[in-house]
Amino acid sequence: MSAVTEERPKAPGPKAPGRWAAPPRPVWEEEPHKAGLAGKGIVLAIACFAVLFPLWIVVVTSLSSKQDISEAGGLVVIPKGITFIAYQELLSGGQVTRATLVSLGITLVGTVFSMTVSILAAYGLSRIGSVAHRWFLMILLATMFFGAGLIPTYLLVQSLGLTDSYLALILPSAVSVFNILVLRAFFMSISPELTDSARIDGAGDWRILWQIVIPLSRAVIAVITLFYAVGYWSAWFNASLYLSDQDMMPLQNVMIQLVQKQEPPVGMGQAIKTGQLSALAVQMAVMVLALLPVAFLSPFVQKHFKKGMLTGAVKG
Amino acid sequence: MAHSTAPGAAARTAPSSTTDDPAEPSAGGSRAAKPTKPSGVSKAEKKALKKAANGGTLRTRLKRDRTLILMTLPAVLLVLVFNYIPILGNVVAFQEYDPYVSDNGFVAIFHSPWVGFEQFSRIFEDSAFWDAVQNTFVLFSLQLLLFFPIPIVLALLINSVIRPRVRAVSQAILYLPHFFSWVLVITVFQQIFGGAGIIAQTLRQHGYEGFDLMTDPGIFKFLVTAEGVWKDAGWGIIVFLAALASVSPDLYEASAMDGAGRWRRMWHVTLPALRPVIALLLVLRVGDALTVGFEQILLQRDAVGPGAAEVLDTFVWWNGVRNQEFSYAAAAGLIKGVVSLGLVLAANKVAHLMGEQGVYKK
Repeated sequence: MSAVTEERPKAPGPKAPGRWAAPPRPVWEEEPHKAGLAGKGIVLAIACFAVLFPLWIVVVTSLSSKQDISEAGGLVVIPKGITFIAYQELLSGGQVTRATLVSLGITLVGTVFSMTVSILAAYGLSRIGSVAHRWFLMILLATMFFGAGLIPTYLLVQSLGLTDSYLALILPSAVSVFNILVLRAFFMSISPELTDSARIDGAGDWRILWQIVIPLSRAVIAVITLFYAVGYWSAWFNASLYLSDQDMMPLQNVMIQLVQKQEPPVGMGQAIKTGQLSALAVQMAVMVLALLPVAFLSPFVQKHFKKGMLTGAVKG
Repeated sequence: MAHSTAPGAAARTAPSSTTDDPAEPSAGGSRAAKPTKPSGVSKAEKKALKKAANGGTLRTRLKRDRTLILMTLPAVLLVLVFNYIPILGNVVAFQEYDPYVSDNGFVAIFHSPWVGFEQFSRIFEDSAFWDAVQNTFVLFSLQLLLFFPIPIVLALLINSVIRPRVRAVSQAILYLPHFFSWVLVITVFQQIFGGAGIIAQTLRQHGYEGFDLMTDPGIFKFLVTAEGVWKDAGWGIIVFLAALASVSPDLYEASAMDGAGRWRRMWHVTLPALRPVIALLLVLRVGDALTVGFEQILLQRDAVGPGAAEVLDTFVWWNGVRNQEFSYAAAAGLIKGVVSLGLVLAANKVAHLMGEQGVYKK
């Protein structure tokens, strides 16, 4: 009978609701006030403007020519023309090119390493009642309550001989207990029938993890990968602590030098003084380089954020 | 080290329900054994029952679980090396640590003279330390007062917008700054509020005097809070949106039937639904009170000066890393660590008394 009702042709409505249209208002809800709607819109628009306007200035100034920048008296709000000269200069070898590559490399290697260790640990801890499961979990959890402190960690990394090595930027911060717990909670929410039947068919833990658990957890894995990648990409403190060679510095540390301390990039001082290059455009271009990867990646993962943030937390 | 402000606290909500399950296997085991157990069961029988519930002897269980243990080991080893060994390294706080006694920094600990609590009494007489304590508390209170309510209001606002496109786009925009590094956030603020920023620049072009908010010690605390809001208030929405999404629409309909208007529905249905989340986040924030944004403040310490910008974390950094007074700095760090641990435990106690779950269960 239900099949019959379903196959009844739809009444030709005035317009088919599109994917983005507002769902109909429930009958019990009051008609929204015009003023209320406008107020909401204005507050939301202001919030979005506060986020986007500074980024707009940075991007536009980085694309402006020296002449436009001096006409505007500094930062450019309304673009007059577009030139990529700052990017060309920065990315044609030299300090910033190297720093960008260093940051990309650390982010890539670090994220792969962190994800491997975290996924393995999350799966290894996902079966309650397995040997040493409680001990391992306690060891990890305790670190969320007591931090060792900066100085002993610094002394340890030094005495392990990790200074002036990129390992110092990866190993000490490779494992985030929080991320492991999120992954673990997600793995544990996978129906045990799936893994049990695979086990009966003779699959070992490696195979179950690789062929069942990981494919089912793509959403949360995407979110945690983004968290780790952003962590590595944004990090600067460990580099300032453990690296002494200026040529090894990642992009964030170079950005501190160029933008906060207003030094011209190595080898570009002359071009800025006499040529077509504006010091301000160069600074803004470095900032754009730093924000571009995250600004591109995060919207793709956005629909999964809630899953990644809240698995096993707020019920419902 | 978790040197984040509120987002860290927000992020920590997730494991709340996972934290308690180390206790589960034993509880589950005894529950399974209970129905079969007559009142006067012998000890040996009890043991056998427990063994059966766990899946056999230790040897068979080890064989069964060896892959799982192998998978967990890399993470546990990394945590043991980089989180636990440094905890032992805190003994330098009770020494006059001399890094040049040995080639290896950690070996030097064994050759450094012990001085007991001398470093601590020096710290308590150091006015710079008390200034750092004061700055930390001022910043924490401001962040709690000005930062904390904003994500709640934004979440209520977005939740009341029903057009999916508006919701998705505004969320994407508001989440974005969370993924920017502190270096980027501060340089962005420089472009707006700095001496060469857009506001000062516009003022000067119209004949007024420019200003530089980035180097003004008097308003530094508000600047730090504003930067935090810009970066993370949007991200803080997520937790509240999830809580709002879990409210049954029936509740709204029923209260509307009973004559509750828009505002009364918000007061009597929406806000009670948010109460547990708000309580949990407050508890986490208070437990993390001594951490007020280490990287963020360190980046601006030179521009503003230590008078306004020295907090406990930067105090440790300055004395240890810059002045190489390792023992003195480690002692200050240890004070912070111990007080923080106390705060976390106390905050959870309060949460339990209030009937909320907190970070872990009783």
